Amino acid sequence: MTQFLDISGLCARIDADGQEKEILRGVDLSIPPGEVHAIMGPNGSGKSTLSYVLAGREDYEVTAGSVTFQGKDLLEMEPEERAAAGLFLAFQSPIELPGVNNANFLRTAVNAVRRARGQEELDAVAFLKTAREAAKALSMAPDMLKRNVNVGFSGGEKKRNEVLQMTLLQPSFAILDETDSGLDVDALRIVAEGVNRLRSPDFSALVITHHQRLLDYLVPDRIHVMAKGRIIHSGGPELAKQIDSEGYTRFLAEAA
Amino acid sequence: MNAIIKQPSATLVPFKARLDAITDPARKAALGALHRSGLPDRRVEAWKYTSLRFLNETPLVAPSEEFDAEKARAELDRLGLTAGDGADLPRLVFVNGRYAPDLSVPPQNVGLSFFGKTEAFGTLSSPDRDALTALNAALATDGAEITVAAGVDAGRVLLVSLGLADAPVSFHPRHSVTVEEGARLSLICVQGGQGRYLHNPVMELSVAANATLNHVTIQTESDDAACLATLYAQIEERGSYDSFVLGLGAALSRHEVHARLNAPHAEVHVNGAQRLLGRQVGDVTSVITHAAPDCRSRQTVRNVLDGQSRGVFQGKVLVERIAQKTDGYQMNQALLLSEQAEIDAKPELEIYADDVKCSHGATVGALDDEQMFYLRSRGVPEAEARQILIHAFLAEALALIPDAVAQTLAAHIMEIRFPVTGEE
Repeated sequence: MTQFLDISGLCARIDADGQEKEILRGVDLSIPPGEVHAIMGPNGSGKSTLSYVLAGREDYEVTAGSVTFQGKDLLEMEPEERAAAGLFLAFQSPIELPGVNNANFLRTAVNAVRRARGQEELDAVAFLKTAREAAKALSMAPDMLKRNVNVGFSGGEKKRNEVLQMTLLQPSFAILDETDSGLDVDALRIVAEGVNRLRSPDFSALVITHHQRLLDYLVPDRIHVMAKGRIIHSGGPELAKQIDSEGYTRFLAEAA
Repeated sequence: MNAIIKQPSATLVPFKARLDAITDPARKAALGALHRSGLPDRRVEAWKYTSLRFLNETPLVAPSEEFDAEKARAELDRLGLTAGDGADLPRLVFVNGRYAPDLSVPPQNVGLSFFGKTEAFGTLSSPDRDALTALNAALATDGAEITVAAGVDAGRVLLVSLGLADAPVSFHPRHSVTVEEGARLSLICVQGGQGRYLHNPVMELSVAANATLNHVTIQTESDDAACLATLYAQIEERGSYDSFVLGLGAALSRHEVHARLNAPHAEVHVNGAQRLLGRQVGDVTSVITHAAPDCRSRQTVRNVLDGQSRGVFQGKVLVERIAQKTDGYQMNQALLLSEQAEIDAKPELEIYADDVKCSHGATVGALDDEQMFYLRSRGVPEAEARQILIHAFLAEALALIPDAVAQTLAAHIMEIRFPVTGEE
């Protein structure tokens, strides 16, 4: 137990075409404050499901286990309450919001979270200044604040927009679900730097990735291997290279 | 032939005293047509989805010429027309269907007269076919007659209608707009009011060669009112009529547009959006006639329906034999926010030419779960997230309005009626 994020025996299923499908089968994972952990694992192992369940997506039904976030029962909270409590999910496939201006969206989100945290809301001028600076640090084109949320954005622009949201919402715990997928090396470095800038004793992250490459720039404190809905192996940052060269076969065999 | 099931005149009871008093020969013809057909019920195909029962319930009298000026000014304030973008525009204000000079700021660069003085019925309307047009022709007392001379860019004109009667009244304004060759006008109609009334305008719009008429109607009538509007537009060679109706108010509304593309390369847009709740019924009906080759028509109508409200979309595109190379597009989209809300959509293509491009489509759905989750995962509370997505759905429709000031005004009046909770 870390008193920050503790996942214990978490099981969850989804109703897919009328069939109940068990995806998480007893996840145990603890992340202490100030640490960045990575989850790697083959496709279909439940990594994205874990991130959705933590963020509060309703199509997943939690059937067993518990998640405690900063002493509170996370699973009892609405998605917006989780965000206000400091949790942030960077989506693997960010959602397009046609007709919603990106700057308005960001300000609405920031002020909703600030309201819920008992902080003063930002006026339009103060917000725009902060947002422009943050966007610039991520090498985003200035017009991306004026466009509709993620509409017509390239894959890389969408991922940067996720990191921009994370920067502005100032979470204490961020889940990055394959934020590196579809990024070229330069974009990858910019995104990783964006996350690194947030690193502090008050910020933890869970980085879901397929590739060691991201972890070169965003060096984790711990790496967990996930397969078949469970964490089957945990180790230090050196694990990434081992997985990169050997694959998951050995861990899968050990777990079987 | 249908058997006459009930006396057509029975449907005219709310107007009987006034109709009986008509002596003017020009109105007698309309009255004759009206007496033969009565007001349509739902057995009439064009009125299958929209009942006029609302009108049977109360006798509607003619409004008196006096009105409470303070109340009228308060209503203009409430509509947001006395501050911001709308305040600086020339405006013609009609109260209970009569021109109110004290509330108006007439435009300088258009020819202006009033039906109340000229009693000139135009030639584009069809009182023999459309009963509500016949009712208007029988009972019209006033209306604006706007002419933009050839080559003149007349800028923007606000045409405001306020229904402000103490007892249930009906008023039947008769407007006409003529944009001569190469001229331009942006006409913004705003309709509001309080209490119970019937607003039954007829508007004839004539767009000459190379002329442009942009026309936005913002309907935010009293919750207890009916607004039954019929518009007739004729567009000549390379002329453009771009119309948009935003339906927000009234217990019962119908916005019926008859647009005729009369010469090659004419273009018409018959767009709209409506946002209804409670037991509101909002009907957007159009008949677009391609009567010449190489013309273009565009139509996108979006509906947001909550409570037990009902949206009706009837869109007919008629392509005459001569109208080769017609390019037509029609789309009706509905967002249903409750289990009881309903949309009735009836697209109709009637094509007699053989070389045309016409497409149409319809979508019906609820708010998108993934979009809702995305917003909520960013800390936006559920109710506010819903408002944002509804607003966005309609904002995309409002973006079709070519005149930026008209677009801002429409968005502003929508926000007055439907404030977005919390931020923006």
